[in-house]
Amino acid sequence: MTQVAIGQLIDFAYIVAAVLFILSLKWLSSPATARHGVIAGEIGAALAVTATLFNPALVQYKWIAVALIVGAAIGIPLGLVRMTAVPQRTALSHAFGALSATMIGIAEYYVHAPHVTKFSMVEIALEVIIGSLTFTGSVIAAGKLQEILPQRPITYRGQNIVSLSVLGSAIVLAIVLTIHPEYMHLFPVMVGIALLFGVLLVTPIGGADMPTVISLLNSYAGLSAALLGFVLNSKVLVVAGALDGSSGFILSVIMCKAMNRSFTNVMFGAFGQVQAGAKAVAEERTVRSANAEEAAAILSATSKVAIVPGYGMAVAQAQHKVRELYEILTKKGIDVRFGIHPVAGRMPGHMNVLLAEADIPYDRLFDMDDMNSDLPQVDVALIIGANDVTNPAARSDQSSPIYGMPIIDVDKAQTVMVIKRGMSPGFAGIDNPLYYEDKTLMLFGDAKAFVGEIVRELADSHRG
Amino acid sequence: MPADFISNLFVFILAGFVGFELIKRVSPLLHTPLMSLTNALDAIVVVAAIIIAGLHETTLTTILGTIAVAASFSNMVGGFLITDRMLRMFKSGKAKKS
Repeated sequence: MTQVAIGQLIDFAYIVAAVLFILSLKWLSSPATARHGVIAGEIGAALAVTATLFNPALVQYKWIAVALIVGAAIGIPLGLVRMTAVPQRTALSHAFGALSATMIGIAEYYVHAPHVTKFSMVEIALEVIIGSLTFTGSVIAAGKLQEILPQRPITYRGQNIVSLSVLGSAIVLAIVLTIHPEYMHLFPVMVGIALLFGVLLVTPIGGADMPTVISLLNSYAGLSAALLGFVLNSKVLVVAGALDGSSGFILSVIMCKAMNRSFTNVMFGAFGQVQAGAKAVAEERTVRSANAEEAAAILSATSKVAIVPGYGMAVAQAQHKVRELYEILTKKGIDVRFGIHPVAGRMPGHMNVLLAEADIPYDRLFDMDDMNSDLPQVDVALIIGANDVTNPAARSDQSSPIYGMPIIDVDKAQTVMVIKRGMSPGFAGIDNPLYYEDKTLMLFGDAKAFVGEIVRELADSHRG
Repeated sequence: MPADFISNLFVFILAGFVGFELIKRVSPLLHTPLMSLTNALDAIVVVAAIIIAGLHETTLTTILGTIAVAASFSNMVGGFLITDRMLRMFKSGKAKKS
């Protein structure tokens, strides 16, 4: 076969791959067809990779083979991590994706330099800057999620000015390189500065903002792949990058809305700082508490229970005990629903995966809006490891830092039970007036142990 | 402006639009698998990396290409694997009883 004919066949394989990628996302829309989506994506990817290996331009296969083996050796363990570790795995995969796009962009520059057209130079510079900052930003995000790095926002005076001037100098270098592509020594400097900017961008952002940050980095990783498609004139990269970029963008918007915050506020206004004033207002108030036996007695007399889990449930590894609670209550004929706030967990949809892993059927998981329309008919709302997403101050107290954030209206239920270690405020450090209401019972203790005790009490009363 | 840029922009805008419409429909239930799946799809940059690693222009580009192939291929393998693992966990109440 002639080289032209092979080239056309490869292009045809890429078109089929792009179509399969679109179908893959289409099938992901519902849990019933979602696994077909994975298969479509796998076939598309396998087809594109195989076709590429037949490219007549390839002269050496040794390093390709080594790299594919190393890639599989890294990828397989990363595909087998525990579900609680999925957020950091995702951040790490954004880092790998951005690393790959950046390396290719850099190589593309050195293949052609100094004979790069002004237009290509703009594309390459943009691609490499976005790729580099996404790489280091994602590494920092993964480090925070893995708790290697401190989760609290790390801030210093004037950091926004410092960060923006670092980004500005990378852009200035990109402009200089566009005018003078022969200044090859400036290229690595520009890459280095962009890498530094990624670190400065994510370091100040706290753990509670991770769902937004991880979505935004997702969007950047997609954008860098799409830009690489522009640089290499590869349509399949443009399509895959555009799909990934729009997905990350939509998720970022959803996350921002769920926290009632703007992009700029997440990126440039570290969350942890506003709380000092809010905490000082909290006065001494009394709370009502109950033990597991009392909680079990109340629960068994209900007909409708809403469970609102938060990241604390995952930290306490309580999801399997929660499943036992769900099963024993369901057996008693009680309607049990789970209300999931969009930012519960450390990434979009994280809580749903954790509950699905614990074998809770997905048709029992309700999103915030559906849960809220149900809550006035709910007898007991049981909050496990969630705090700020249930804080009624978000609705009523204009001075609260979370004022305006959409919450799950657990205070509309007849009775509220909160499993909590102590009275310390939540992740954002904001006091929760819900705990002082008359209808609220505080269940003090470790989430896993306490739910376990409730299950035991319910099982005993069932038998007796 | 090069003609390639215009045709790439054309594809980018249309694909972005398709992505927007499709992803809006994905249930919030599946947002985590969505992110890992789009990540695996994004790893298609491996095809560009393979070309760089296999061209043998200079030692530098071979090194960069090899790193790029390993990084993106790990995303491809790991991304599909974890997405499938997650999706297998999602069972409906009816399916469980039968």
